[in-house]
Amino acid sequence: MSEQTLAQALNGALATALETDERVVLLGEDIGRTGGVFRITDGLRAKYGEDRVFDTPVAESGIVGAAFGMAIAGMRPVAELQFLGFSYPAYDQIINHVARIRNRSNHRFTAPMVIRVPYGGGIGAAEHHSESTEAIYAHIPGLKVVVPSTPSDARGLLLAAIEDPDPVLFLEPIRLYRAVKEEVSELYYTTEIGPMRVEREGRDITLISWGAMIKETRAAAGQLEEKGASVEVLDLRTLSPIDQDGIVASAAKTGRVVVVHEAPRTAGLGAEVAAIIQERVLYSLLAPVRRVAGWDTVFPLKRSEAHYLPSPDRIVRAAEETLEA
Amino acid sequence: MWNRPVDKLIAGMLTLISPDGTVRDGLSITLEETRELYADMVEARTYDHKCMAMQRQGRLATYAPFEGQEAAQIGAAAALRPDDWVAATYRDAALMWRAGYPWALLIAGRTGDERGGQAPDGLNVLPPSITVGGHMIHAVGLAWAEALNGSDRVALTSFGDGATSEGDFHEAMNFAAVYTTPTVFLCQNNGFAISYPRDEQTRSESIAMKADAYGMPGVIVDGNDVAAVLTVVGEAVARARSGEGPTLIEAVTYRLGPHTTSDDPARYRDEDETGEWRTRDPLERVRALLERAGAWTPEWHAELEARSADVIEEAVAEAEALPRPTAAEMLSRMYAQPTGPLRAQLDEIGA
Repeated sequence: MSEQTLAQALNGALATALETDERVVLLGEDIGRTGGVFRITDGLRAKYGEDRVFDTPVAESGIVGAAFGMAIAGMRPVAELQFLGFSYPAYDQIINHVARIRNRSNHRFTAPMVIRVPYGGGIGAAEHHSESTEAIYAHIPGLKVVVPSTPSDARGLLLAAIEDPDPVLFLEPIRLYRAVKEEVSELYYTTEIGPMRVEREGRDITLISWGAMIKETRAAAGQLEEKGASVEVLDLRTLSPIDQDGIVASAAKTGRVVVVHEAPRTAGLGAEVAAIIQERVLYSLLAPVRRVAGWDTVFPLKRSEAHYLPSPDRIVRAAEETLEA
Repeated sequence: MWNRPVDKLIAGMLTLISPDGTVRDGLSITLEETRELYADMVEARTYDHKCMAMQRQGRLATYAPFEGQEAAQIGAAAALRPDDWVAATYRDAALMWRAGYPWALLIAGRTGDERGGQAPDGLNVLPPSITVGGHMIHAVGLAWAEALNGSDRVALTSFGDGATSEGDFHEAMNFAAVYTTPTVFLCQNNGFAISYPRDEQTRSESIAMKADAYGMPGVIVDGNDVAAVLTVVGEAVARARSGEGPTLIEAVTYRLGPHTTSDDPARYRDEDETGEWRTRDPLERVRALLERAGAWTPEWHAELEARSADVIEEAVAEAEALPRPTAAEMLSRMYAQPTGPLRAQLDEIGA
């Protein structure tokens, strides 16, 4: 065990994967010599060699498409795209090829590969560097979408994603890379893809979130507890396949739910969460399911970030209205 | 008439068997091999005609015919080893078949059955790409993996002239050259991307010359000459297998039929042009060569056609005998194991 940031946990997981599975290769822009824009692959090329960790031309479709071919041929490629806002040139590869080769070939060919992508805002980055478009990926059959929010989940989920027989889009909350620390085992372990994590147990209201927004949600839960509410916080951590049973169980228990996400509200994943709840436990609800989300705008530039990002205050306000309803 | 840039291409490309069946210097295949290639092309054309007919009868979904391109496809596949990778397109049934893919599965795919995309175990032929151009980079990744694993398998990707306008063509060519992957890029320049003629598709004089910019060899070959295609692809495969990297081959050919069963070529091309290309038919020139050598008779040809018809009929019967896929099968092939939401949906349909 050692205390690690989320970034260190990811670096350690990639090192472990390279160490334990010779089929694993890493490829992406600037991941070799400089260790990637966020230094997540720092030192891995020096340690594991130029035949395991590849700097690539600036070509997202090419990176994903080449990784896809490698995966079909029996390797376990882990591709990195620099930002979720840079992933769209690869969208055709992901939706038309990566996610459907198992279906197109009736299980004969598969794409066990991971596409790692830093995502989310809050660091005052340039345009296109702050996207949270997870919903457009969670909508793709054949793909899994994973978002860790803690260092130990980051390690366990990334190793699980690399082991997974199907392709996994692995979203990494940029804002949390170095903002959270915890004890992480250095052993090989996996965290199952699918089940959510109960961040905090409570009886009166459920706050559901994932990725970077867990931090704001946690802060809001603290404020609400101080005011006397018993708050349950769920970290979905897998967005596809979504943990329907886990969501439903908590909603049935508390009867009050607020979903928090950074992406724009309309057609965001919060809508799916609300739909799952009303389909299965509408009559256990004591109040309408609320969403606290980004506005229906493009992610703003630095000086407007605070207007956009859901804050603990916004979450508390929505939770209080839900508790009073 | 016949005054497109293709004239220049034809002047500069490798031909070993002329359209009239005369042999040029460099033809190295035996008479028996030539007879086998001819027999394969007859069988492929029989399949193509059968599929067109079946589509008209409503027994197949949209079909993309390859008539006129048999030499490019049979010649290329004949240059491969049975364990090499193939990433081809919806128009490449002849190529896929010659690489080992059963006719019955190709037909099953066209009846609208995902099981048609399931290559037999051990055969490294991917389901044909339906979107244009996205599959070229897959042959780069496949070949790259083989090289990293120390295998000498190569990957061949086949695509049309239209696909070279896709951005993915650039990325695939660039990656292949950068990483020296054992990839063979086979462009079947058949003159048209649906209705859009090749000389409007790109201002490059040839597609092969684009290879130069990527730092790999580009070769132009008479795509209607099965021997020339076999030779050129064979050389590219040998280069790839020995670690010398990728090659771009432009096989100049012509799609005698429509783009698919859904369009009418009379709206975008001249009947005279099609007629001109019929004189360059890939089967006819081999027939002329063999006949001159005393290795072709009308009886043998009739026998080939009858045998091919039987083989294709059997394949049709096999494909049509596949039981209708169940809804549960549909929901069970998205992941190795159905996920939670899919398990709930399986329950919902009572599976």
